[in-house]
Amino acid sequence: MATVRLAPVLRASVGGVKQVSARGETLADVLSDLYINYPALKEQIQPGDTLSRFINIYVNDQDVRHLQGLETSVGPSDTVILLPAMAGGR
Amino acid sequence: MGEASRELMRQARSQVTEWTTAQANEVLAQQRRNGQNEVVLIDVREKNEWDEGYIPGATHVAKGYLEQRIEEVVSDKSQTVLLYCAGGVRSMYAGLTLKQMGYEDVVSLAGGFGQWKNSGLPVVQPRTLSPAQLKRYSRHLLVPEVGEKGQLKLLDSRVLLIGAGGLGAPSALYLAAAGVGTIGIIDLDVVEESNLQRQVIHTTGRVGEYKAESARQAIEALNPDVRVITYLDRLDETNVAKIIADYDVIIDGTDNFPTRYLLNDAALIAKKPVIHGSVFRFDGQLTVFKPYEGPCYRCLYPEPPPAELAPSCAEAGVLGVLPGVIGLLQSVEALKLILGIGEPLVGRMMMYDALVGEFSELNLYRDPNCPACGEHGHPEDLPIYADVCAMPARVTAQA
Repeated sequence: MATVRLAPVLRASVGGVKQVSARGETLADVLSDLYINYPALKEQIQPGDTLSRFINIYVNDQDVRHLQGLETSVGPSDTVILLPAMAGGR
Repeated sequence: MGEASRELMRQARSQVTEWTTAQANEVLAQQRRNGQNEVVLIDVREKNEWDEGYIPGATHVAKGYLEQRIEEVVSDKSQTVLLYCAGGVRSMYAGLTLKQMGYEDVVSLAGGFGQWKNSGLPVVQPRTLSPAQLKRYSRHLLVPEVGEKGQLKLLDSRVLLIGAGGLGAPSALYLAAAGVGTIGIIDLDVVEESNLQRQVIHTTGRVGEYKAESARQAIEALNPDVRVITYLDRLDETNVAKIIADYDVIIDGTDNFPTRYLLNDAALIAKKPVIHGSVFRFDGQLTVFKPYEGPCYRCLYPEPPPAELAPSCAEAGVLGVLPGVIGLLQSVEALKLILGIGEPLVGRMMMYDALVGEFSELNLYRDPNCPACGEHGHPEDLPIYADVCAMPARVTAQA
């Protein structure tokens, strides 16, 4: 089970916590697992077929575009971070 | 000279070469023509002598600090070190010390600075800080990475703050304190009471005044060395290029996406670094966008999120001190860029979770196909999503 950390705006869709666990050997699998358990999260970040372009994903602090994208392997000791753009606030 | 000092001079003469003014000038001129730096020129006189003029290209290492500082200045002991003083005596003693420290090729300028100047060769007058500045910035002067040279760089630097709000307020104060010589502030908003929970540059007495002008007053009261330029305007396509052209570093204190995209593209075209920061409740993040060295804003976010995923502080709230922390971290990055020290957060996003008390870092991705900074980038004509975003495209005091 990999650890998935969510940026503040996404936490409401997983019951308000910062961190959840998910199963999967690749990032794609981990996302699928998350979407099954947290459909509200899917609505936020992947309402269509592909991940929205305002979300970046990091595995162990590396942008997965540096790695193998959705095929990046994810192990039990890995941390996945989902980070949408933050407005900043007023 | 006593017997002991004569003996030391004898030793110096046997180990340290002497060059005449003409010889030294020839070597240094050739080096300049070829763009090399095999010979390092060191001035070992006292500060007050240096302040009245020095040989171009020299580094000042006063003889009193020679042993402690020379290895920082010349780390490669196989390099030729050419020393000079006022008349050619102190530099010989200094040369002997360098030989004892293991420097292989040490030369002293016969006749010293006096002979050089009397030969009609060029000298440079250093800029120095005033006595008041020496006092005000004394804690900076004591830091080797800053020193007088660094402080003069700060006084010459120009930083633009987009927004005099939650992120801009702390930056403005600390950059002014540091002696950044010119601070530009663009903000069309007026001070409101709800700002005072975090925008500490403003006061209860200045509620209703333009934020940029309120900030100016605070800065001028803090440091008279700082020139403040205010723009009571919103940043848009008609003015962004003209405004940012006058600055060295830009601190992004905005809260809306259209301004971020607009700023990103203009900064790429003008090759200006932008220090990005953003906050939400207890979380903050910052990074440095350095054009064509690291990723740009569009590498990270080619498109903005829908409004419900990017609430403003007015909608979501924020712990007042959080933008203070992030704004100050942005100032730190600005100072690092100006001074050319340390490792600016280029390509790295620093994240702060205040509730847990944790700093972490993400490695950002520079997209080779980025429409703005990629190989075929065209930052001149990209959309800024002003119509798409729920937040109006205005420059406001953010966070």
